[in-house]
Amino acid sequence: MTDRPTIQRILTGISGFDDIAVGGLPASRSTLVSGTTGSGKTLFALEFLARGISGFDQPGVFITFDERPGDLRVNARSLGFDIARWEAEGRWMFVDASLEAGEQTPTVGTYDLGALTARIAHAVRQIGARRVSLDSLGSVFTRFADQDLVRRELYRLAGMLDSLEITSVITTERDADYNGVTRQGVEEFVFDNVVILRHVIRGERRHRTVEIVKFRGATHRTGEWLFTIDPEDGLVVIPVAFLAPRDRASSERVSTGNTELDAMVGGGVFRDAVVLLIGSHGGGKTLAALQFADAAYRAGERCLFHAFDETRGQLGRNAAGWGLDLDVMEASGLLRVAATYSEVASVEDHFLRIRRDIADFAPARLVIDGISALERRATPRTLLDFVIALGGVVREREITTLFTSAPTARGTSPIMEIAGITDVTLVLRHIEGPGTVRRAIAVMQTRGSAHDRAIREVAIDDTGMHVGDPYPGILRLLPDAPVPPSDREE
Amino acid sequence: MEDQPPAALTPMATYAFRMYVAGRSRRSQAAEENLRALCDFYLPGCHEIEIVDATEQPALAEEERILATPIVIRKSPLPGYRVIGDLSDRSRAAFLLGLPDSGRPSPEGQRL
Repeated sequence: MTDRPTIQRILTGISGFDDIAVGGLPASRSTLVSGTTGSGKTLFALEFLARGISGFDQPGVFITFDERPGDLRVNARSLGFDIARWEAEGRWMFVDASLEAGEQTPTVGTYDLGALTARIAHAVRQIGARRVSLDSLGSVFTRFADQDLVRRELYRLAGMLDSLEITSVITTERDADYNGVTRQGVEEFVFDNVVILRHVIRGERRHRTVEIVKFRGATHRTGEWLFTIDPEDGLVVIPVAFLAPRDRASSERVSTGNTELDAMVGGGVFRDAVVLLIGSHGGGKTLAALQFADAAYRAGERCLFHAFDETRGQLGRNAAGWGLDLDVMEASGLLRVAATYSEVASVEDHFLRIRRDIADFAPARLVIDGISALERRATPRTLLDFVIALGGVVREREITTLFTSAPTARGTSPIMEIAGITDVTLVLRHIEGPGTVRRAIAVMQTRGSAHDRAIREVAIDDTGMHVGDPYPGILRLLPDAPVPPSDREE
Repeated sequence: MEDQPPAALTPMATYAFRMYVAGRSRRSQAAEENLRALCDFYLPGCHEIEIVDATEQPALAEEERILATPIVIRKSPLPGYRVIGDLSDRSRAAFLLGLPDSGRPSPEGQRL
């Protein structure tokens, strides 16, 4: 790893976050998690502790200034975390600093937060805590008039936690998603480690993003990453695992479902390959996708088929037209078809649903037919993130995956970006030949193996797709001239 | 409790205070001195003061959800007024603790 050895890391266990953090939060340090109201700060703080207990057996102390412990227990319950049980087991402890309704304590003379510090130190010692979450700084400030005093005390507290070798998450409020600093102004400059959660509307769509602004002395990925709040999984940062180096690559080849196409890509695709098939409407994408699924069926392996362009009924009829019986394949338990219109959910939600289906069905193959349909709901960047994220999930499990896509409404650039991260890219499209419209296919790239460079004619009949001889003459098969991505933004 | 009438808030009632401090700092000592002085002035002979060090009894501080120290809590009679700070302004502290006659301005030079 590129990490400097001096900075130890602690895995949060929050889905996807540890990947963008390149190994988790800096250990024995405080990390400021800053965000506007509703950005997911409290959930981050809660999951950091809960996943520390459930995943790493590291007890945690939750200092709450905002929500009552009772409310937090209820919220955590819906994510499957039983805080009350952990409390009984001595693995979770609340320091309840939440305000009673209407409670406002007057002050006369000077004071400090010595009792709070003592309570936290006590709780940490009592359960041997390795993690502490404090939610939120802003609420501490609103409670006391003397802002400088509170700030001094909080730094002292953070210092105490550091010296106890506790890894802590401290949340704080921002008034706006993009205007630079926290409500109290200086925290983001004073803390060594800062994470910002945002909740913004872009292109008429609500987006949640997470950005690691700084980890002093430790590497992390830059930029904003999409995340979602899943009712079962909690925070899920979308681009996972994909960018991490792969420990092993499969050398086993599997069929695409078409022997001639197998030959074109060098004898089938690798079992862990992610294949992208780009093609115009009616060009044969769905047929190729169904044949890909059929190859799994014939090999006695499970295939998950998500269709965004067609209903289950349309898909079944098309398949029947090419001699494939989806009903029989589904009844065998080897095929699961999920057909949804892309509009019914956000791209993030589609991702979560597919991921859940994969976990549940454990397929050897995955087909996503019509990712371009998702673009109606998303920015090009979101579509790219979707493929990256799903790529991470399928590679980990060596699921042979086929994405199909039309050239998108905004030109081809987002799809070309996606092509940059898939293993095999195929183009299948109509060709206006002399007096006829025909179809042609070509392999744009195959990673890790040689491939046929010819553009070949494709014929489709009632037994399926047939790849023929190289097309005579000079053709321009690649959909459009490349478009600079910057010209295509929004 | 039902057979007893509510305690009348007369100067003769016994006032009980609990003061939380954090360690033996100068501020802790000043707070304690100020509390004792104002009790002696307003509640001569009818008050009890308990000092709790939050660093020694953090569980008790947790139970009463104490954050800032020093803090004094009027344990009886209810309601349980709380005042944070070293109580350097004694008459204001007495007023905020709801002590009898504490509303009156303290004459200049009075040893409060």
